[in-house]
Amino acid sequence: MRGTTAQQDLIRGIWRENPVLVQMLGLCPALAVTNSVENSLAMGIATFFVLCCSSVLVAALKRFIPHEVRISTYILIIATFVTVADMTLEAVRPDVHKALGAFIALIVVNCMILGRQEAFASKRPIGRALLDAAGTGTGFMIALVMMGGVREVLGAGTFLGVSIFGPSYEPWVVMILPPGGFLTLGIWLLGLSWWQKRRAGDGDAAPTDAIQGGGA
Amino acid sequence: MSGAPPSGTSAPGTPPPGTGAPAAAPPVLEEPHVPAWRLFSTLGAGGALAGLLLVFVFQLTQPAIQAHKELMLQQAVNEVLGAPERYDTLYLVDGALTPELPDGVDERTLDRVYHGFAADGVPVGFAISASRPGFQDVIRLIFGYDAATGRLLGMRVLESKETPGLGDKIEKDAAFTGQFAGCEPPLVGVKGGAGSAPNEIDTITGATISSVTVLRAINDAVAHWRPALDAYAREHAR
Repeated sequence: MRGTTAQQDLIRGIWRENPVLVQMLGLCPALAVTNSVENSLAMGIATFFVLCCSSVLVAALKRFIPHEVRISTYILIIATFVTVADMTLEAVRPDVHKALGAFIALIVVNCMILGRQEAFASKRPIGRALLDAAGTGTGFMIALVMMGGVREVLGAGTFLGVSIFGPSYEPWVVMILPPGGFLTLGIWLLGLSWWQKRRAGDGDAAPTDAIQGGGA
Repeated sequence: MSGAPPSGTSAPGTPPPGTGAPAAAPPVLEEPHVPAWRLFSTLGAGGALAGLLLVFVFQLTQPAIQAHKELMLQQAVNEVLGAPERYDTLYLVDGALTPELPDGVDERTLDRVYHGFAADGVPVGFAISASRPGFQDVIRLIFGYDAATGRLLGMRVLESKETPGLGDKIEKDAAFTGQFAGCEPPLVGVKGGAGSAPNEIDTITGATISSVTVLRAINDAVAHWRPALDAYAREHAR
């Protein structure tokens, strides 16, 4: 972690330490709202916004936040931005807001965001915190769209609402139901780890320096 | 480090308040001496600022949110009444319908129906909203009802979280929603295209609970509103 360049801070979260596909963080929204590309994008954008704003604020205020109440303060900051995002989305895109339901409010407990505050923003300068948040937020969005794309194409026969296979396609409804989320995530993880092994030659893979975490 | 409560930035002498301290903290896990009032004031000030920000954003976004809700309602009323020329809002006050609000009563606390009129001033019917717990969550819907003939004019779901692909057909499948116009409550659900009587509705395969909830919500609402609607119609017939 120490001694990374600005570029590394930005790039890292997008793919090599992708929050969903590598760190396994933020799985709850990744499973729950990715039943269409539009919902995935909206969730990704809302999370991106909350993550960037919180990281900047936490990095800016880190000297004033006593160690004992840091987590409560981070949550307070995150919750504020989540509420802002919630109200803004309802005003701007009410239909998407309706589709995402309670999951916007649940960004507060997305441990990917709290994790970035505790592990990065609270120790680094503001600029770096913003880069890291932007990278991680983008990575989260990419992972969500990867899931949403597969699920919408198979489960509804459309991509971003545009029909792909024509009217004779019989949608796999299971893909847009909760089990489809687990299936899609599992298949993506399987494929990516297979690809990574193959790319690294015979098993001597350079270990990703990602922190393996768990949680919703 | 003993008696040093003075507000001081340097007083605690432990890592955080130091200087810029990029390389500070992590390994040192000794008890930092932070007075309780600082903890309280941090959270208190943070909460107050957050509250202020939210009030600000709320006031910015509220008009748009409210306008959208009204627009949706308007569209729904127009749809279930078959695009009437205009409609009035009637409030239920002491068991009777009245277009005027009594003094000092908050409009939002009153039950209401919408009374639609065709171009020549002929009343078309009432738009009534109803809700009932469905399979996942409460289903809210609105339907048009012609009190004179006792028939429905149309139905539209306003809010539902039913299973995508199955239960959500109650709002998306025109084959289901299209059946309501001309039906005569109390409605009865039947399976697979057997419905022919004016009170029979074909339920959706795989979404029986969602479909039946819609029927029951309408039946209950009709039973609930019927007396008031009849009284209103009698009064205005004279």
